[in-house]
Amino acid sequence: MGQYEAVIGLEVHVELKTKSKIFCGCPTEFGGEPNTHVCPICLGLPGVLPVLNKKVLEYAIKAGLAINCSIAEFSKFDRKNYFYPDLTKAFQTSQFDLPIAEHGHLDINVNGEIRRIGITRLHMEEDAGKLTHQGETISSSLSSLADYNRAGVPLVEIVSEPDLRSAEEAKAYLEMLKAIIEYIDVSDVKMEQGSLRCDANISIRPVGSKELGTRTEVKNLNSFRSVQRAIEYEIQRQIDQVEEGERIIQETRTWDENKGVTLSLRSKEEAHDYRYFPEPDLTPLVISRDWVEELKNGLPELPEAKKLRLIADHGLPEYDAGVITSSRTLADFYDKTVSLHADYKGISNWIMVELLKLLNAENMEISESKISPEGLAKMLKMIENNTISGKIAKQVFEEMFNTGKDPEAIVKEKGLVQISDEGQINAIVEQVIANNPKSVEDFKAGKEKSIGFLVGQIMKETKGQANPGVVNKLLKDKLNEL
Amino acid sequence: MKISIKDVEYVALLSRLELTDEEKVEQLRELNKILDSMEVLNKVDTSGVEPLAHVLPIHNVLREDELRATLPKEKVLQNAPEEDEGMFKVPKIV
Ligand SMILES: [Zn+2]
Repeated sequence: MGQYEAVIGLEVHVELKTKSKIFCGCPTEFGGEPNTHVCPICLGLPGVLPVLNKKVLEYAIKAGLAINCSIAEFSKFDRKNYFYPDLTKAFQTSQFDLPIAEHGHLDINVNGEIRRIGITRLHMEEDAGKLTHQGETISSSLSSLADYNRAGVPLVEIVSEPDLRSAEEAKAYLEMLKAIIEYIDVSDVKMEQGSLRCDANISIRPVGSKELGTRTEVKNLNSFRSVQRAIEYEIQRQIDQVEEGERIIQETRTWDENKGVTLSLRSKEEAHDYRYFPEPDLTPLVISRDWVEELKNGLPELPEAKKLRLIADHGLPEYDAGVITSSRTLADFYDKTVSLHADYKGISNWIMVELLKLLNAENMEISESKISPEGLAKMLKMIENNTISGKIAKQVFEEMFNTGKDPEAIVKEKGLVQISDEGQINAIVEQVIANNPKSVEDFKAGKEKSIGFLVGQIMKETKGQANPGVVNKLLKDKLNEL
Repeated sequence: MKISIKDVEYVALLSRLELTDEEKVEQLRELNKILDSMEVLNKVDTSGVEPLAHVLPIHNVLREDELRATLPKEKVLQNAPEEDEGMFKVPKIV
């Protein structure tokens, strides 16, 4: 990129996991036949009176606190007016000038450098309905179908300062934000399911310039991968444009995942002028400091603090601690296993190597696998007391991952118990020595390495079940006798 | 403050309304009348007065996070000009 620097800000929508909608008692539950999770309030019928869900306010305050915002003493809702059929009321109830939380920040770590990213605000709002366009594309379709089950589902929108300088930083910020929200348990934060959504505001400017360039807003970023790819693409597109002497037009663009490009969405829809005004049907909010304090005290240990603790108190490498604490489910799994068997590094290694390998291979979340902290703790004890070897443990682990069976039962069922019986191992040692005279000769001639080959042969004969310590000792004894 | 036909056209566009020339003139007259009333209010000295967020002196009207009955589907779609597959059918958007 050289002489240009990117300036990126993210607008992130997080769906709160309440039972009922933000202003009415309809279920927020995903799915359901179209237009069955609706009532006169979320349908925007005349004369209805919305009332704020207390849980939404509580979750919004918690989220605000977790990202280091100050919580407003006085806050209110406003109407954001625009005419589009995903809205039942021709306005979205949102917050304009007095959001519930402001002036926060998150620290992100990119390539070992800590950067503080400012958070402008967090506000509450309602989700819109879902439109299905009849026809090939939105512009060629003649009509659309509206389902209002999502209308009124509670959201918080978290707006960052334009402090991000690369696609990598944007991804790190989003990952940190996701982890924090997951820890405080106010949302499922699943990008694939739409409970975490991200739009990116992107501009470029010459390095050293303090002025902001004209920005574009990129939408339709449905995965962490697409966030990174779309931002990388858009930065390059803007640089190319400027290099060719063209101006950047302020516009909304959509990310086309298949083509790997951003496309202009310019249309009449761009004539956005939201004409916000205070929502007269909802009362203002006066937030007591006692309640804020109570919610603050109730927050769990957050990812960064947990990571530092695992490094300092458990002696985990920084990278491992970072990976384990990046997701609450993984961190909980670690904590629970540690509470049953305090082998920090052992547990961390099994998570980092075997568990993540299996999860990635199956593209699964840990909650979808059958492995349990109890199972892993028990298996580690079995390695420690020499019931199974580390090598066999990998098989046991995989079986637990797939079936959730007890490790002892697996070992018994598959006959995987470690062989430590000297008589039994001795017989195999003799057999292997007899079958491999060349290696024995090499060893005698001073080639220490050839012992490794012989050990390997013995392990093969015992299907990996021989106790490696006993094998080594007996083999050396025998060879020295020769 | 007086507005022009251009402002009327802009507001109509935002609301996706198609107005005839006659209607535009009519709207211009009505909107300007409303704005004239606002001018009267603008004469009041409000320096030192906190902006009002709500007309009633109440705050924190909240409900518990509890489910309530939804509307039967026939009722939901009862006033829909057109429906398809249990959804509201709306004309071309873009
Ligand atoms: Zn409802």
